[in-house]
Amino acid sequence: MESVSVLIPTLLRPLVEGRSEVVLPADAPMTVGGLLDRLSEGRPLLERRIRDETGALRRYVNIYVGGEDVRRLELLETPVEPGDTVMVIQSVAGG
Amino acid sequence: MNDQATTVLAIGTKKGLWLATSRNRRSWTLSDPLFLMQEVPGVGIDTRGGRTRILVGTRSEHWGPSVVHSDDLGATWTEPERGSIGFDPDDGAALERIWQIQPDSQSRPGVVWAGCEPISVWKSTDGGEHFELNRGLWDHPHRSEWGAGYGGAAAHTVLPSPADDSIHVAMSTGGVYRSLDGGTSWEPRNRGISAYFLPDPQPEFGQCVHKIARDAGNPRHLYAQNHHGVYATPDAGDTWTSIAEGLPSDFGFVMLAHPRRPGTAWVIPLKADGERIPPDGELAVHRTDDGGGSWSRLHRGLPTREYNAVLRDAAAVDAADPVGVYFGTRGGSVYASADEGESFVEVASHLPDVLTVRAAVVPG
Repeated sequence: MESVSVLIPTLLRPLVEGRSEVVLPADAPMTVGGLLDRLSEGRPLLERRIRDETGALRRYVNIYVGGEDVRRLELLETPVEPGDTVMVIQSVAGG
Repeated sequence: MNDQATTVLAIGTKKGLWLATSRNRRSWTLSDPLFLMQEVPGVGIDTRGGRTRILVGTRSEHWGPSVVHSDDLGATWTEPERGSIGFDPDDGAALERIWQIQPDSQSRPGVVWAGCEPISVWKSTDGGEHFELNRGLWDHPHRSEWGAGYGGAAAHTVLPSPADDSIHVAMSTGGVYRSLDGGTSWEPRNRGISAYFLPDPQPEFGQCVHKIARDAGNPRHLYAQNHHGVYATPDAGDTWTSIAEGLPSDFGFVMLAHPRRPGTAWVIPLKADGERIPPDGELAVHRTDDGGGSWSRLHRGLPTREYNAVLRDAAAVDAADPVGVYFGTRGGSVYASADEGESFVEVASHLPDVLTVRAAVVPG
């Protein structure tokens, strides 16, 4: 079965059993939102870190699909294909 | 003070939490930073029921806000998996910041209140592990007219009365709201408080209240530090009158009340809205022992020059005898008084901006 690889930033790794990468089976296209739903299944703390209660991506969390920032694409509706690599990255923010 | 007791001082800053401990409230030991790089705008220490629980509202710029707690003085921390405070999807809002964590009185064990941004009040009945949104205030018809102060639109003070089912909430901007029925319904209670920055300077609501505190001797007597204006009410907020005479300025953020002695309260004046520094750069705490009729300027042990402000929640009292008074500045200095403000020692310096402090005397 094909899969999608999600790269996890250091600060969130304790929430995915210490892994830097989570591989999710994917034999059909999905959206970034759908991918996050599956990533967060059984991991409510991870869900809260990435999206707020309204379901919106937190302001300083960036997600890249195939190297492209989803904010320049279709945000959580951005399509993810089997075989894609999705990166979750904290943006540069704060002082 | 009991020699077998330790005072714990929790210091929430712009970039983490520090815990200071002392056996005599004069020499202090400061912990390493906790939750480094997370903002800590709200802390509560709940000593009811023979347990000391430190509740901390954190906020990561990246990963959002959360409430965590420790029952072992900070050695280990627990974060409920699904979060302690969170809106329902139908509410169309997301929690931004936890400004206040307020354990209720002894007669209501397990009840803890939280005041948050966006303007909302939350109640927990399990010691602060899970909170429910107070719908009465959230659905209030005034909501759309409440505004945001510089720090954001928040319910920053929640004061449940130990005597009855009344609760006072202070919000910036919106003013003071009171519930007489445990939080089911709310009405503004700002008569007599000026809002000089609005077209109508005496509106029903819309005042920029910075902090309120409840008098120990008479729970219907409250004090308020406003955005210019220091007030007291003898009737649970029905009418407010100025008690600013005798202070060097009526601006500031802090208002503290003595936990036992009626009529005693503390403020830390700043010069003005347009000049948010101690008057003449001379930091001082002012205490009244007669309900605001007169004030004493207290500064022994404080620096002779200080140009940083003290924010609304960055001051607290403990429950010891004599009462300890604590505050921190935006310059990262923290001061403690073991004698009700007569003299201070420096607990810490060069921390990030101090947003909140809370102190409790614990066994051991």
